[in-house]
Amino acid sequence: MLHIIQTALELGCIYSLVTLALFLSYRVLDIADLTTDGCFVLGMAVSVSAAAAGHPFAGIVLAVLSGGCAGFVTAFLQTRLGVPSILAGIVTNTGLYTVNLMAMGWSSNVSLLKSATIFTLFRKTGIGGSWYTIILSGTVSILCMLLMKWFMGTRLGLSVRATGDNRDMVSASSINPKFTITVGLSAANCLTALSGAIAGQLQKSADINAGTGIVVIGLACLIIGETVTAGRKSIGRNIAACLAGNIIYRFIYAMILQTRIIPIECLKLMTALIVALAIASPQIRQSLSDRNRARREA
Amino acid sequence: MLIIDDVSKTFNPGTVNEKKALDHFSLTVEDGDFITIVGSNGAGKSTLFNAAAGMFYPDSGKIMLDGRNITFVPDYQRAKYIGRLFQDPLKGTAPHMTIEENLALAYLRAGTSGIFSRISRKDREKFREQLKKLDMGLEDRMDVPVGMLSGGQRQALTLLMAVIVPPKILLLDEHTAALDPAAAEKIMKLTEQIVGENRITCLMVTHNLHQAVSVGNRTLMMADGHIVLDLKGEERKGLTIEDLLMMFRRGEGKDLDNDRILLSD
Repeated sequence: MLHIIQTALELGCIYSLVTLALFLSYRVLDIADLTTDGCFVLGMAVSVSAAAAGHPFAGIVLAVLSGGCAGFVTAFLQTRLGVPSILAGIVTNTGLYTVNLMAMGWSSNVSLLKSATIFTLFRKTGIGGSWYTIILSGTVSILCMLLMKWFMGTRLGLSVRATGDNRDMVSASSINPKFTITVGLSAANCLTALSGAIAGQLQKSADINAGTGIVVIGLACLIIGETVTAGRKSIGRNIAACLAGNIIYRFIYAMILQTRIIPIECLKLMTALIVALAIASPQIRQSLSDRNRARREA
Repeated sequence: MLIIDDVSKTFNPGTVNEKKALDHFSLTVEDGDFITIVGSNGAGKSTLFNAAAGMFYPDSGKIMLDGRNITFVPDYQRAKYIGRLFQDPLKGTAPHMTIEENLALAYLRAGTSGIFSRISRKDREKFREQLKKLDMGLEDRMDVPVGMLSGGQRQALTLLMAVIVPPKILLLDEHTAALDPAAAEKIMKLTEQIVGENRITCLMVTHNLHQAVSVGNRTLMMADGHIVLDLKGEERKGLTIEDLLMMFRRGEGKDLDNDRILLSD
């Protein structure tokens, strides 16, 4: 049980960064950013390759920067070249597959055997005992959330929020919405890549397919979190929902893994169902109540 | 001074839907002018405003503001000098953000605050002071999302946002048409008061002929992308709605077929 809790907390903290990224792109900017899957692997590939070469910290920084570049490409495609936003993400994502292979030295996976990672280095400091992975990933996750909360209150953050709320109003405030979309998507993909970077160094490997479905899982966590914390009422709560949702999801995941209630192969299907139902629920509720009313009053 | 010089704009050129929205249109707006613009649907009034605000670049001609050619300045840069209100009160504000946050965004046009700065207590005081002028009690609800306000309140807030950093030109595109009569009257009063206080040059499209002759110092009538009637000074004094209608028929050479104009008071 302790092991399950530890795993859930550890992965929950790391993957909460993907959800935080989706909060920024999907909730705040109102753009479904499908760069996420490829960008997660990009972060992982860059960080693990750098760690293999003996630079675990530089690997994290480089991963974040490369994620920002990926986000910039997606933003550029949709704001300057008129590619529809969903397609822009898919195009970047497809291109990233090759970039990711390149980052891993043209191989589909890289492993760290004896190389130092941020986790092995942190363990040597002796902080947190056997909980050191959770302490480190939790600190990073909470720092990112505080940073996000701070950013949302700045003038630039307000402009990014307004872009998703009423784009015309942003132009009327003398700010170019193309700029705010670019800032938002770049920042979001920095976070996604950071998540991949930390996950890669934790599991000491990177795999070209590690990102498949990350965007859907991230959304599932966002929705679970928002339901639990009544998250959409304020920015602070919504940010907290990212972490809460991930820990809950990873806890369920670990339980299923342990108890085998559901075959583990079916988990992605389950996740997809959760997301589809959660997003569809207002619509379903509405049509059910309409139908009931029609039957009653007919 | 805003000069619109020989501006043309054709939509869907070369198709069956080709529409000459502005046809060699010229207009000089003096500082301090308050011009009312009337004309039937499709006369080019909104296209004129879109051209002035930079929503598109004209096919030909140029637009000058205070001696500077702004023909190819993009809309978000022009927003520093040209404010605009739409008929739809939802268009000018961000519904999920608070009154205070909306005002803070509008205040960005002043260009005085850094992009990573936050709303300060001083800003808050200033916003409260400005909101009091609207006399709607909004100054005590500054942390309420704008989506919770009524259409009239939202339009009043949009008006305030447009002038919180006084623009050189204010474009009012039927900004009271979607409101109930009481709210419309209140917004119109506020408009005249704020425009007067800040001496803002103003262009207002209206379908209300009474408004067209009673407000401002100059009246334009548009049809098919032209000005067909331009009244100011002595000519405009004592002008009645009936005069205006008659002049319109003469200028236009056809009867009015737009009952929206005929039926407004």
